[in-house]
Amino acid sequence: MSWFRREDKLLPPVPDKRVRTEGLWLKCEGCRSIIWKKDLAENLNVCPRCQRHFRMSARERLAMLLDDGGYEELDAQLASTDPLAFVDLKPYAERLRQAQETTGMADALIWARGRLEGRPVGVCAMEYGFIGGSMGAVVGEKIARAAEAAAERREPLIILSASGGARMMEGAVSLMQMGKIAVALARLDDAGVPFISVLTDPTTGGVTASFAMLGDLNIAEPGALIGFAGPRVIEQTIRQKLPPGFQRSEFLLEHGMLDAIVPRKELRAWLARALAFLAAPERVPLVQWIPDRAPQGGPEPDAGRAPDRVLDARSRL
Amino acid sequence: MQDAIPPAAAVAPEIPDAEGAAWQHVLLARHAQRPNLLDWLALLVTDFAELHGDRRFGDDPAMVAGLARFRGREVLVVGQQKGREIKDKLRRNFGMAQPEGYRKAMRLMRLAEKFRRPILTFIDTNGAYPGIEAEARGQAEAIAFNLREMSRLRVPVIATVTGEGGSGGALAIAVGNRVLMMENAVYSVITPEGCAAITWRDPSMKARAATALKPTAGEMLSLGLIDEVVPEPEGGAHCAPAAAAASLSAALERHLEELGRMSGDALVQDRYERFRRMGSGFGS
Repeated sequence: MSWFRREDKLLPPVPDKRVRTEGLWLKCEGCRSIIWKKDLAENLNVCPRCQRHFRMSARERLAMLLDDGGYEELDAQLASTDPLAFVDLKPYAERLRQAQETTGMADALIWARGRLEGRPVGVCAMEYGFIGGSMGAVVGEKIARAAEAAAERREPLIILSASGGARMMEGAVSLMQMGKIAVALARLDDAGVPFISVLTDPTTGGVTASFAMLGDLNIAEPGALIGFAGPRVIEQTIRQKLPPGFQRSEFLLEHGMLDAIVPRKELRAWLARALAFLAAPERVPLVQWIPDRAPQGGPEPDAGRAPDRVLDARSRL
Repeated sequence: MQDAIPPAAAVAPEIPDAEGAAWQHVLLARHAQRPNLLDWLALLVTDFAELHGDRRFGDDPAMVAGLARFRGREVLVVGQQKGREIKDKLRRNFGMAQPEGYRKAMRLMRLAEKFRRPILTFIDTNGAYPGIEAEARGQAEAIAFNLREMSRLRVPVIATVTGEGGSGGALAIAVGNRVLMMENAVYSVITPEGCAAITWRDPSMKARAATALKPTAGEMLSLGLIDEVVPEPEGGAHCAPAAAAASLSAALERHLEELGRMSGDALVQDRYERFRRMGSGFGS
């Protein structure tokens, strides 16, 4: 016996009256102010109040950096072969598939050619959203190819790093990518073609310990986490809390590890300025621009070549 | 382009047993009685004269380098020294080098290049030291610089992983024309403990991690990442160090003989090709 009886079997569903605001605003971790996402996007993902640099996707970076946001992507289809058939909590192949779905990329790096203030450049941009931007065989291969193409075409190479380091799921194959990239960069260096490394938040592990520190110039965005070991690993090793600001761009600059810290808004102009110095259209042999040793009659016909390393002891061997 | 993603069934083999063979290899590679760098040198070379310091900051006892005579040849030897007794271990930081250790190694490798002497490196480290000072002094830069500069040394370089080849800290002295591994050595991008801590958040899964990482000499050879596995006596090198050293000595001699006939250019080209092809089997 009930006192009240429900007439209808079920109440009609209440229509969703909420106004969806979720995803329109976010809180800046730097100054704790609430930012409208659109404002953030218009400001190149930099907090308009405190200038904190938020992370950007590889595609956003390329669009920001290159003339008219245009570029030609190369080897976009290159995908991991899962050389170790690696399984931890789930198969690596499954992780790859998920990352490919969420990012729309085959692996964690875009290699592209485009123009920067008119100058043709090769650019590699890492995608942190793809398994932490980790470096496996695909990332290694693309950077090696980019370095080789840069040397061949005599076009500057710019690498934008954002990575947790080597990709554990490719085991020692990923470790050897550090060697693979380093040998390719040695050739680029020999060729006298500029390479600028731009370190963004975060750049750690085998990426820092290979190509990211090997630029003719190494520059970073403000406040980026940059290091060899990750902060947690160091804390576990030394059993102490790390001081604030440790392993941030400013710390590295202070310790002589970076040429400059360049805010995102100024990056394009800064790179163009640096390339104007590094990538002279004509390179004359060393002896010709030492005034009292210059031969008469201007540059030789082979002036387009890199200067011979006449003072280098290596050439004696 | 190769098929990007093999079907899940093909990549999810059952892990046979948690305390697998790979973990036994790791334990053997770290065995307390396993010959360390100075033990190997005592058995392999004569007239060893250690050289110290990076000329920049200091001398790192975790990295040992010096002049030596190997089967009648003058060679430079470089390697990590883990230390034996606890005091020695602490002094040597358990074979985990600081940036100055890598810079010392590079300084002396360039010395060998200048005077046209082959370089033998011996790898036995958990990894480069992850500490505050190491970061402040540019651990990453020191390793990166070595990778690039080793690749263009104009003298023969043979790297042997004698114990643990721990990540970038190992590779920083292992960009060789030949890379050998002792039968019970391991080479890996991360320690099994580190891998277990990251994926399972549980270091006790280290045996499983070891299996997944495929760090043994045999697996490294079949992945095409090393050139030769040097056999050890039964039970491991610590059971019969002299026999193990004889086995390594013969292998080193054979490779030195081959590389000794190559010009500086050819050696640089050879090292380039060796590393350039690693993990490059994409078919496209």
